[in-house]
Amino acid sequence: MYPSKFDYLAPETLEEALAVLAERGDEVKILAGGQSLIPMMKLRFAEPSTLLDINRVPGLDAIDIQDGHVRVQALARHADVVRSEVIKEENDLMAGAAPWIADPIVRNLGTVCGSLAHHDPEGDWASVMLALDAEVVAASKEGVTHFHPGADGTQHTGGTRVISIQEFLVDMFTTSLYPTEILTEVRVPRYERGGGNYQKLERKVGDYATVGVATHIELGVDDRITKAGIALTSVYAHNLKVTDAETALVGQAPSDELFAEAGRIASAACDPASDTRGSAEYKRHIVGLFTERSLAESLKIAQGGQS
Amino acid sequence: MNITVTVNGMEHTADVEPRLLLVDFIRTNLGLTGTHIGCDTTSCGVCTVLIDGTPVKTCTMFAVQANGRSVTTVEGLKQNGELSAMQQAFREHHGLQCGFCTPAMMLVGTALIEENPDPTEDDIRWAISGNLCRCTGYMNIVKSIEAAAETTREGAIS
Repeated sequence: MYPSKFDYLAPETLEEALAVLAERGDEVKILAGGQSLIPMMKLRFAEPSTLLDINRVPGLDAIDIQDGHVRVQALARHADVVRSEVIKEENDLMAGAAPWIADPIVRNLGTVCGSLAHHDPEGDWASVMLALDAEVVAASKEGVTHFHPGADGTQHTGGTRVISIQEFLVDMFTTSLYPTEILTEVRVPRYERGGGNYQKLERKVGDYATVGVATHIELGVDDRITKAGIALTSVYAHNLKVTDAETALVGQAPSDELFAEAGRIASAACDPASDTRGSAEYKRHIVGLFTERSLAESLKIAQGGQS
Repeated sequence: MNITVTVNGMEHTADVEPRLLLVDFIRTNLGLTGTHIGCDTTSCGVCTVLIDGTPVKTCTMFAVQANGRSVTTVEGLKQNGELSAMQQAFREHHGLQCGFCTPAMMLVGTALIEENPDPTEDDIRWAISGNLCRCTGYMNIVKSIEAAAETTREGAIS
């Protein structure tokens, strides 16, 4: 299978890359790991006339701590997240999810930010980031001054802007990134006393999730839940943040009954399709079970003092 | 576009179309047919080579992306004309049946023991989980990689 013809550009600075986008962003696809984009190009679902390879841009592959956030930059690979000491120490949900992304060889090239920008509705990272209330940073040459769709006509200006993950993930394969912008990083807030966990049911390594559930909780000094994040993969038209279940947890003392209730809410909120991976009924059952199980794991980690 | 890629220690310069897949550059332009094409959809792993020591699936990478990089294919595993420890172990432990997945399995095994000289069976099974063996000869592939790790460690000690 071969893609349509395209121009290939591999700039060596971010400025050069942004200049290309400013000039002809509409025709451009950005190549980071390429593990979703290249298959789509080979199937000719994507036919960009220009491929902008950012892999030669230095200083864009950090996983580190900045301004109270854990930051994962555009060229950090899934495998880098698996190996990262920062992630191991700082974020249990990301550490738990990373080894379940695709397969070990795909993880060597595929990137977290690329996965978010691609926004496959069955991708795992979007659920992780929804549960963590992440933000993404987008850079462009001259800032974005377009009318903002869906909002109240807000105009964004400046060379970089910060977008909440919920605003970023518009719909399947659609994000709020403008054609002139590059997603340069995703960042999640640090926490004191918390834990997170990702449950993924897959038929085989490398397959999409049959069901995926991401959870994250934080505890206050009184051992009550101060913050909760729950998001589901592959059981709705897009990754689904279950706000009702999150709200039900906050302010409460953690218990099996409480987590079972969150599981029931998640199970009711999802809308899975019956397919070769399982019936809708089965998937809905697994959502409830995984939500409960994942929250229990997150609590165990939070109580263990790890964060 | 002009690219220069070092393959198995030898520098190759070629003028290629940007859409040329790396696997086809290796097989067709360079004639190194030990790198196979299987599923062509990033699933089976038979097209795996090492790029700067890291396994990647070359059906999902363009040749232009390898510009300036160093590629190791199965043809580059032998050392001083002799089979490498990994190749020798696959031979001794019957780590192959039809042989189609074998080059990639040996490359992935080589990268694994480079990073982790003493892998557990679990580590090995994780490492090869992106590679399919349709003969389902996984038992002996795992044994072969275990054995290669052992001989490599012994070699490093002596």
